[in-house]
Amino acid sequence: MRLLVSLLLCLCIPQVWAAEANAPKLDVGKGGECVKDTQWMRKNHMHVLKHQRDETVRKGIRVEQDALKNCVECHASTSDNSVTAREDSFCVGCHRYAAVKIDCFECHASKRKQALANKDVK
Amino acid sequence: MSEIDTQRRQFLKTSAGAAAIAIAPGMMLYQTAQGDTQAASSTVRWGMLIDTAQCKEGCNDCVSACNKENGLSGKTGATDSQWIRKIEIKDVSSGRALSLPMMCQHCEHPPCVDVCPTQASFKRADGIVLVDRHLCIGCRYCMMACPYKARSFVHETLTDQNPDVPRGKGTVEACSLCVHRIDKGQKPACAEACQNKAILFGDLNDANSDIYKKVRSVASVQIRADLQLNPGVRYQGL
Ligand code: SF4
Ligand code: SF4
Repeated sequence: MRLLVSLLLCLCIPQVWAAEANAPKLDVGKGGECVKDTQWMRKNHMHVLKHQRDETVRKGIRVEQDALKNCVECHASTSDNSVTAREDSFCVGCHRYAAVKIDCFECHASKRKQALANKDVK
Repeated sequence: MSEIDTQRRQFLKTSAGAAAIAIAPGMMLYQTAQGDTQAASSTVRWGMLIDTAQCKEGCNDCVSACNKENGLSGKTGATDSQWIRKIEIKDVSSGRALSLPMMCQHCEHPPCVDVCPTQASFKRADGIVLVDRHLCIGCRYCMMACPYKARSFVHETLTDQNPDVPRGKGTVEACSLCVHRIDKGQKPACAEACQNKAILFGDLNDANSDIYKKVRSVASVQIRADLQLNPGVRYQGL
């Protein structure tokens, strides 16, 4: 049993190191403290968003903290105000690495509200 | 039971435990949240009363306000989205001409909801009829079912949408009664923009609201009332 565990450890640890080393470097935008810790969000953000989306659209319960709009507000790049514009943009960077297609921004704004408002003025 | 087996059980137990913890804080998120966490209430019935006598021919302010608020192009081609349109009508025998805005009538018994195969079309507790674009497959049955021609299909890829009004290719959309504004306690953009005060917005169930009193004191009609859909939008002077 011990042998098996140590074998597993030997196999896994370099994997974890390797994963960290290859992990995408993201432009986290303003960043700061998220609604949950980073690792939890990496794993669960889609569940929070999906739950929130149904509550908001169908029942009208708007929890600002969990809104996609709020994610964009913090995590859009400070240089181009977007979470999808570049390879290392906050959403795109990770999704590309994980090979998971994001559909959100076919409908939702991928830019900060402020950036879009300024564009209107021009 | 072999040693391996018990270990495996232990492993499964702990991982199930970890999942429970992960879900529990997830749940707590909603209790500690800020923002308007109130659900739409079924005691409310949002509606509009449109005074055709006040609505001016040629005026397009409500339409422009809607386009700006919801990020519509403002084009009126066959494949462009129009959430609200100005209609000019004329009684042939008397020659009396009228101008009025037409949009989703937010029916109490909406045929668009009846025909939707995915339940994307739905009526919120407060009477607002919406499309949940996460579920809409773009079949456009609802467009055919709607007697008011209120819905549009998005034909092209869109960019730079209003963050409050997500909309995109392959889904159907219509007047949302500016649901994102209502949830903030504001009026729909068209009602706010009309300088002639032709659009009165409010809660048809609230005895203290202007619309409740006006609906009870002046003659108003629902368009195609014969269909018995009980629209939330009423017209005065038609
Ligand atoms: S007016 Fe048309 S789209 Fe609006 S609720 Fe009635 S049937 Fe549905
Ligand atoms: S187009 Fe969308 S909302 Fe309309 S009936 Fe089909 S699935 Fe439902």
